[in-house]
Amino acid sequence: MKRIYLDHAATTAVDREVVQTMIPYFAETFGNASSLHSFGRDAMHALGAARQTVADALGAETGEIFFTSGGTESDNLALKGVETGHIITSLIEHPAILNTCRYLENHGCDVTYLPVDSGGLVDPGNIESAIRNDTKIISIMHANNEIGTIQPIAEIGTIARDNGVLFHTDAVQSFGKTETDLQKMNIDMLSLSSHKIYGPKGVGALYVRDGTEIEPLMHGGGHESGLRSGTENVAGIVGFAKAASLAIERFESDTRHLTNLREMLINGVMDTIDDVHLNGHPTKRLPNNVNLRFDFVEGEAMLLHLDLRGIAVSTGSACSSASKDPSHVLLAIGLAPENIHGSIRFTLGRENTSEDIEYVLGVLPEIVGKLRAISPLVSKGSSRGSSSG
Amino acid sequence: MIGIAIEYTEKVMDHFMNPRNVGEIPDADGAGTVGNQVCGDVTNVYIKVTDGRISDVKFKTFGCGAAIATASMTTELALGKTLQEGLAITRDAVADALDGLPESKLHCSNLAADALHAAIKEYMAKN
Ligand SMILES: Cc1ncc(COP(=O)(O)O)c(C=O)c1O
Ligand SMILES: [Zn+2]
Repeated sequence: MKRIYLDHAATTAVDREVVQTMIPYFAETFGNASSLHSFGRDAMHALGAARQTVADALGAETGEIFFTSGGTESDNLALKGVETGHIITSLIEHPAILNTCRYLENHGCDVTYLPVDSGGLVDPGNIESAIRNDTKIISIMHANNEIGTIQPIAEIGTIARDNGVLFHTDAVQSFGKTETDLQKMNIDMLSLSSHKIYGPKGVGALYVRDGTEIEPLMHGGGHESGLRSGTENVAGIVGFAKAASLAIERFESDTRHLTNLREMLINGVMDTIDDVHLNGHPTKRLPNNVNLRFDFVEGEAMLLHLDLRGIAVSTGSACSSASKDPSHVLLAIGLAPENIHGSIRFTLGRENTSEDIEYVLGVLPEIVGKLRAISPLVSKGSSRGSSSG
Repeated sequence: MIGIAIEYTEKVMDHFMNPRNVGEIPDADGAGTVGNQVCGDVTNVYIKVTDGRISDVKFKTFGCGAAIATASMTTELALGKTLQEGLAITRDAVADALDGLPESKLHCSNLAADALHAAIKEYMAKN
């Protein structure tokens, strides 16, 4: 059966070129980068080159790049590593930020969770007014993983700078898909994850602007200039660096390709299915994100039908043992729980083609029609189905 | 966001893909609607009663794969049964008839049996 992967915000396949780049670092150049012999030096040189590559990809200095185990660790390090006080964040952050904030609230920090508008945008004015004397850090994600909304990062960075507050951004989803400029955006710390950019899982980085005071989470042998102890994952880091350089190299063609597919999918669905709504912002949106709400149908049922046709997507909620926790992001943009249940996220990737989108557009109306035909929420007598005018 | 991490049995998938007895009965003798506040799933069951037996039964469901499949199986089990037999159909019986449901989905499988019982009780109250 044809299999089409449209869940790139969850993870991506490792690029073949990245795999090739990594292979020598398992059995040949396997040394511990801290060892003084030639094996260790080879690993150290690989690590140094990777750090240079990631620094170049971000427009940073090598001393500002700290390798971690991924986005979650980078987010934790950024928040927990800064001395306690008041934190400003948003209601639509990834759980790596939100749950870290909850933890910090239990450890003496005060956190302000800012709302977003119906498109998912934070109002920079709200940030300005939330700043207090003891505000230490503002953490606002660059682009949201569920609805793809791109925040006014440059404005927020300026506000942070003008008020002498640190600015952290989670760029896990945005890197390689929308421009990031550490200087123009006044970013002090930035989280990256390799597996969202066609690199291996379990590796990422935190950019920390030179001069920023930050404490480690991991104490040990003093790796990563003491900020992150633990023998470095050399193969993973080399792969991550290769993936980051490819993301920069292919930025123009990737974003053009993804935007074309995104528009094709959104317009195609809107043209063939009634009662569908686009969740998120119409324009300030990642080029690969399509989050659609189908009235009268439930997300998991749609996901199952799509999976049976070989199409992989995500939904805004799923029944689990205790609850069907509706997505906190969709709640924050003002959706009612019953609407959230019918939301499906399609996230496109480099390897997707217009044939893939045509295939999806071919099967979707039938699936939605089938589920609406058995849905008690479709009002009696109405013929809401798959077709439209 | 949630991908799919649920394993359904072949029988569940069959009933999910090809649900039996879908629809409404406009002149139903009894109807029951049960919604799960927590997960948002909703099932409606309609019955016709002839000579004390469930002579027709139809359902509509807004819900996940488990909710749809259990509703479909519940109607199959109920068809032709006496009212007392219908009231004795439990979610465990429905789950067994489907060769089991994932642990996390047990609450969704309540809906259909509850809606059936509500339909039968509505009929009994009227007659
Ligand atoms: C916005 C965002 N931040 C952080 C993470 C966590 O990254 P990782 O899986 O590398 O820990 C993710 C991935 O799900 C994400 O989408
Ligand atoms: Zn359910």
